[in-house]
Amino acid sequence: MSTSDLDALESQSIFILREAFNRIDKVAMLWSIGKDSNVLLWLARKAFFGHVPFPVVHVDTSYKIPEMIEFRDRFAKEWKLPLIIGGNQEALADGMHPAKGRVTCCTALKTEPLKQIIREHGFTGVIVGIRRDEEGTRAKERVFSPRNETAEWDFKDQPPEFWDQFKTDFAPGTHLRIHPLLHWGELDVWRYIERENIPMVDLYFAKNGRRYRSLGCAPCTGTVASNATTVAEIIEELRTTRVSERSGRAQDKESEDAFERLRSQGYM
Amino acid sequence: MPYDAAVLSNATALKIVIVGHVDHGKSTLVGRLLHETDSLPDGKTQSLREVCERRGMPFEWAFVVDALQAERDQGITIDIAHIPFRSRLRPYVIIDAPGHKEFLKNMITGAASADAAVLVIDAIEGVQEQSRRHGYLLHLLGLRQLAVVVNKMDAVDFSEQRFDEVSGEIRAYLAGIGVTPTQIIPVSARHGDNVVGRSGQMAWYVGPTVIEALDGFAPSIEPTELPLRFPVQDVFKFDHRRIIAGRVESGRLKVGDRLLFSPSGKTARVASIESWNSAVPAVSAAAGQSIGVTLDEQIFIERGQLASLVEAAPIEAELFRARLFWLGRAPLQSGRRYKLKLATAEHIVTVEKVERVIDVADLASVATDWVERNAVAEVVLRARSKVALDTFIDNPRTGRFVLVDNYDIVGGGVISMEGLPDRRCAPAQAAADLTSVAHKVTMGDRWKSNRHRGGILWLTGLSGSGKSTVAMEVERRLFQKGYQVFVLDGDNVRQGLNSDLGFGPEDRAENIRRVGEVAHLFAQAGMIVITAFISPYRADRDRARAIAPELFHEIFVDASVEECQRRDPKGLYAKARQGTIAEFTGLTAPYEPPLTPQLAIDTAALSVEEAVEEVLRYIERDVQRTEPVAAPPVRPDVAL
Repeated sequence: MSTSDLDALESQSIFILREAFNRIDKVAMLWSIGKDSNVLLWLARKAFFGHVPFPVVHVDTSYKIPEMIEFRDRFAKEWKLPLIIGGNQEALADGMHPAKGRVTCCTALKTEPLKQIIREHGFTGVIVGIRRDEEGTRAKERVFSPRNETAEWDFKDQPPEFWDQFKTDFAPGTHLRIHPLLHWGELDVWRYIERENIPMVDLYFAKNGRRYRSLGCAPCTGTVASNATTVAEIIEELRTTRVSERSGRAQDKESEDAFERLRSQGYM
Repeated sequence: MPYDAAVLSNATALKIVIVGHVDHGKSTLVGRLLHETDSLPDGKTQSLREVCERRGMPFEWAFVVDALQAERDQGITIDIAHIPFRSRLRPYVIIDAPGHKEFLKNMITGAASADAAVLVIDAIEGVQEQSRRHGYLLHLLGLRQLAVVVNKMDAVDFSEQRFDEVSGEIRAYLAGIGVTPTQIIPVSARHGDNVVGRSGQMAWYVGPTVIEALDGFAPSIEPTELPLRFPVQDVFKFDHRRIIAGRVESGRLKVGDRLLFSPSGKTARVASIESWNSAVPAVSAAAGQSIGVTLDEQIFIERGQLASLVEAAPIEAELFRARLFWLGRAPLQSGRRYKLKLATAEHIVTVEKVERVIDVADLASVATDWVERNAVAEVVLRARSKVALDTFIDNPRTGRFVLVDNYDIVGGGVISMEGLPDRRCAPAQAAADLTSVAHKVTMGDRWKSNRHRGGILWLTGLSGSGKSTVAMEVERRLFQKGYQVFVLDGDNVRQGLNSDLGFGPEDRAENIRRVGEVAHLFAQAGMIVITAFISPYRADRDRARAIAPELFHEIFVDASVEECQRRDPKGLYAKARQGTIAEFTGLTAPYEPPLTPQLAIDTAALSVEEAVEEVLRYIERDVQRTEPVAAPPVRPDVAL
């Protein structure tokens, strides 16, 4: 039996998902509706033979692009997902908006509601579809990455992780972030989408010469110039591009270390 | 650099770890490689140059790699970075590992996942402590492909003589640990000499450049030709199927193969290989694949068991040797207990002996019985029960383990069985020759007839905490109410059934195992059985629970060591203090309290009567809670 590199990536992710499910009492998966978390959800269904045996959490900032919410509601129903939707209504009532500062807005509308859901449901593990090749601080992550009582990430003192033995013991009150896609590249994700025929939000495909390469909130997510209207064309485009994946994501660029600050405070 | 997209598109990236002493120029080499292979996103170099200008510092190629602000400030790479790039031949991921000694755990994290390594050595400073330590650890981690880069050649005027000195020094050290470097390359990473393009400054060097050396490495291959090792990761019962899930670590398996599960010795055949969203069902699987199988017999399987083919079983050992690297803040000490994780199994092990600590500088042995942080040592470990394992030489995947102390991974080791017996698991007779016979009287029938449910009340607590007192009184009171009830008491059972057992860890485990089985038989007979055993180890109690979790109720009889010593009803604490009892729970042997007991009774705060009332309340309210009585299924793999 010959195995391709995609098979190897898939097997490793399935191994990680099963470790998380077996070793962690209360685990949930974040679903941002973006390509990576759609792939993650697909991998979970493979790992657990068609089942998703833990809650799927979507943090709704209310600023998401409408197509994303339509996609979420359609597939949550079709795939019978145990969906939890979170949000920070209080901050929204107070008029929270990117104009108040992008990092401030991300913290209020994404990080805070995520922490609240973790507290409320007593989750001790949260599965997140981040990848090393997306961005510098994510490149430093562990597959099983501990967060302290206030969900902060201590990137200066991370646990050792080798031979696929992960940190699965942790103090009460702390939790783990689990990153089953950490070792995937953007191109791998699209090749896997193509191979498995995984449904994607239309926003990724070019209209009038532009498309979204990374999805987030409408005010802070821009499009890139592209004529790729199919998955195959996106793959072709990525093979030669020199533009970074998160170039359309404004919150990363507010200051030199904006994304690092967001992540160390508990952002995904 | 132009490259062939068709070749690259589906090739697996080769993972290269860059190691070496702090400030010898690892990140600079990586930054330069990215630049010269045209692998940086547009504007990256420019924006970093601008940052440097704003901060009034000279631009360094290392900044490309050090994306974290903390690193730019301190000028050291504190964690690993994973950086993709491409040569003409194939894609790579560079793992840039920190050189600073205190970040050794990060270096190991990075290096363990690599296919090959590049060791960077400063031409001025030559071979330093971390150069040697990293070289040694790479070997211990199982990495067999290593190229050496002698960097900063510009600072020694591109001197061939200096290069020969440094390469001679490292070659001699590596030879001492059995490693031959694939290449030793003179480089100036800052100026790009011999990184991708050849250097005009070192005409005397005719070997490959760094990129050529990388392209010469062979990709790692999954060990499909070794004997089958399939560690059980989980058992899924999401639907009608009972799926044994796990990753094939080595070898192959196919539908129809008879699997032997070590160390239980149970066997069954692979009935199917399950999958989701796949058109054709798989009939075989090989190393590297995460799979799920169903078996032709419903044998008791749990996480941690190691499946193999019957004719090529792993070793089973309680005692084994290991060469390990230690990362714990507290030193590893002879006599201390740690949790060992090997593939998916977990075991409690005691350090029987520290045989030698290895000084990585000169490979000399140091005789101590502790191992300091970041040191390498040879030790002998003893597990409380049999561990299914291989020697590292025979099978790296199942010949290595990590140790956990409290919440942290504190070390990693590779196994050898030098001078120790090689015992293999044989298929258990029970599994091969016995089949369970169904009773014609069900447990539900018995419950109905008794007019109460059966179950096991497992009392655990220190000697003198009041287990027997409470158990005997609860028995009397339940009997008066018409319950079928019996107490299994520690001292009583040891005079008969377990009279052959002592008080060492293994015998204690066996004592509890037998009591668990007997209690289960009582419970299956419809009775309430109360056990009164110290049962100090959580793993032993968990095993007793696992026989029939739905019948098992753990009751923590809680009293402090001080309180129990004060009571000392059998005079045992006094004897233990005088040293006439060697391993005494609470004093010289550990007691692991239950984490989530069904009931905890504090006998220091409650009178005997009050404690008994609490247990009775629990039985009447929780054990008897639901009507009508529905019996759980009889454990399928027990021959009755």
